[in-house]
Amino acid sequence: MSGTFVGMPAFPKAAHEAVNNTTLRGNLRHATHTIRTKRAKAVAEVSDWAELRDAGKRIKDHTLRHLDRYLVQLEESVTAAGGVVHWAADAEEANRIVTELVRATGESEVVKVKSMATQEIGLNEALEAAGIRAYETDLAELIVQLGEDRPSHILVPAIHRNRGEIRDIFVREMGAWGRAAPEGLTDTPAELAEAARLHLREKFLRAKVGISGANFMVAETGTLVVVESEGNGRMCLTLPETLISVVGIEKVVPAWRDLEVFLQTLPRSSTAERMNPYTSMWTGTTDGDGPRALHLVLLDNGRTDTLADEVGRQALRCIRCSACLNVCPVYERAGGHAYGSVYPGPIGAILSPQLRGTASEIDASLPYASSLCGACYEVCPVAIDIPEVLVHLRERIAQGGPVTREGNTVVLRPARGHAAERAAMRAARWALGRPGALRAGQRLASRTRRFHPRTLPGPGRAWSGSRELPAVPAESFRDWWQRTRGGKDVTK
Amino acid sequence: MSSRDLILGRVRRALADGSGEDGAPPEPGPEDGDSSYEQAVGRSYLREHGARSPAETVDLLAENLADYRAIVHRATEEELPDLVARLLDRRGSRQVLVPPGLPSVWLSAADPAPVDDLAGSTPGELDAVGSVVTGCAVAIAETGTIVLDGGPDQGRRRITLVPDHHICVVRVPGQVVASVPQALGRLDPTRPLTWISGPSATSDIELDRVEGVHGPRTLEVVLVSAD
Ligand code: SF4
Repeated sequence: MSGTFVGMPAFPKAAHEAVNNTTLRGNLRHATHTIRTKRAKAVAEVSDWAELRDAGKRIKDHTLRHLDRYLVQLEESVTAAGGVVHWAADAEEANRIVTELVRATGESEVVKVKSMATQEIGLNEALEAAGIRAYETDLAELIVQLGEDRPSHILVPAIHRNRGEIRDIFVREMGAWGRAAPEGLTDTPAELAEAARLHLREKFLRAKVGISGANFMVAETGTLVVVESEGNGRMCLTLPETLISVVGIEKVVPAWRDLEVFLQTLPRSSTAERMNPYTSMWTGTTDGDGPRALHLVLLDNGRTDTLADEVGRQALRCIRCSACLNVCPVYERAGGHAYGSVYPGPIGAILSPQLRGTASEIDASLPYASSLCGACYEVCPVAIDIPEVLVHLRERIAQGGPVTREGNTVVLRPARGHAAERAAMRAARWALGRPGALRAGQRLASRTRRFHPRTLPGPGRAWSGSRELPAVPAESFRDWWQRTRGGKDVTK
Repeated sequence: MSSRDLILGRVRRALADGSGEDGAPPEPGPEDGDSSYEQAVGRSYLREHGARSPAETVDLLAENLADYRAIVHRATEEELPDLVARLLDRRGSRQVLVPPGLPSVWLSAADPAPVDDLAGSTPGELDAVGSVVTGCAVAIAETGTIVLDGGPDQGRRRITLVPDHHICVVRVPGQVVASVPQALGRLDPTRPLTWISGPSATSDIELDRVEGVHGPRTLEVVLVSAD
């Protein structure tokens, strides 16, 4: 049984625990700094990055504005190509549909390619409860699954583990799940990758049912797209007889041509590559090649509620590249687990409270898990203004107001005196950390982004220690103005 | 109410702030010249990055393939059979998987026994074969990518996946485009497509790229020209 997020403590407490873990902090710092520099280089190679980013934003905005139309069109295209489309209003319904589909095949095990949507709905746990074993095949997911751990990063769920820990998990656990780790396994990444190859190969070769998500769905053609590196995705999408793809409704794009934007921006933003090693595209089923049955489960699970919020809906543009995690000073110190959701980091701080609502302490505290430095917005390939949404959600939590939950308008009461508010205020102090946190909050509400603390205050002080927070890349005009007062004061 | 109607109803209510389709029947998509869509998207990005001659585009492809650890060779059509034979020999494979429509001359000098991918072959049987030789549908210079579309000289997706050694022949300059937008224009979305940029790799251990997980760990690309 893998770990679960149920009963997570609110962000400040969880973050405090994480920052006291020096191994975790070291692992995260190393990994995020490596990828940060590489990403900047990969993006700088493309002279029209700003235009690609703008087109990505516009395509997604247009799709969301006409989401009903494109979903219906997608359903028609997928059906015409031989697929079967199912609609799931929430996690429970999606899990029930998938469980029944697997049962109908008579199989009791499935291979899975990493998918945020299936993590979000807790599919593995639901399948396990029905006596079906789900094998994660992405290397990082495998590490998480074998280590009975929780994912801490969108792209690399085991980013909090270093090679030594991975080796130990493989040696200890692989035998219980199938082929044991090779004798004398060392912690070199190549050997660890080889161990995963051997361990999973027998599972791929005998698999009858594969479960995936999709990075994109093309309404015009019914094509689904999975972007990956290792080849485990190709295995799961090609070898089984039945393929079940669980995909959030916001993943649709109108036209085939739209892929030309995202296939340029996604790899560079996520793994800092010109192109990821493998991308699979499939349209329904193909005679004599790949699965004979394709099921597409379209997942709502809070997405339509998010769509109803005119400011917050931009979070649905997200293509899950994880660039915003890798540049976030708060994520780097707190780690992914502190966010209490499969979506950690800046995107998690705006997505989870919208998908799940803010009834729980952790969800109500998430919009405060940020210093509003704006680095996430700068790197986002679909230009999601994460600070804007954070401030908007903070206001909604503090002041209350109408929100949409499960399709119905409900009025949130102001959080004053609520556990949520107390958590939020603690988090605010933690993240913003000035005696005048409230005043700061009001200034931040006007979307000031000049708040760049050199050390984190409160519980953060101990662990930000002697190191400085990284400078936010590319000083914004506003910052420059603030610092130099329009160039008048050049002494600073 | 079905979940389909429930979800579509929620979407329409969520969009009721002015631009929703609110109960309207689905309108034609972008294919039918939806001007609101093209206006909204406004594609101001480039069709390709920089101006190159066909030969320079092929050079860039070779460079980018090699940068992600594909092994790149060049040959004329005449030299191709000998080169393929040498590569298979060096690899030491005793058998080689052959797509149904692979030009027979490509393997005319090769020693390993050709194996057909039969509909009844199991993945386990394919796993026993060391190498596979295919053509491709298109190659993208800017990203160092080859794209397979299941054409007769490429076969089912699984044959370029299970063997550990893939030799892919690209006809240059005809099959090479500069950019991703140009490649999509040449591809048929109704076919199963596999985009390959270097051998299988992972960034999952400390976010550092390591070659060699589940797909072929050795990718050799032969750029073959008419003369
Ligand atoms: S919010 Fe933007 S940067 Fe963050 S994961 Fe999503 S697309 Fe990437």
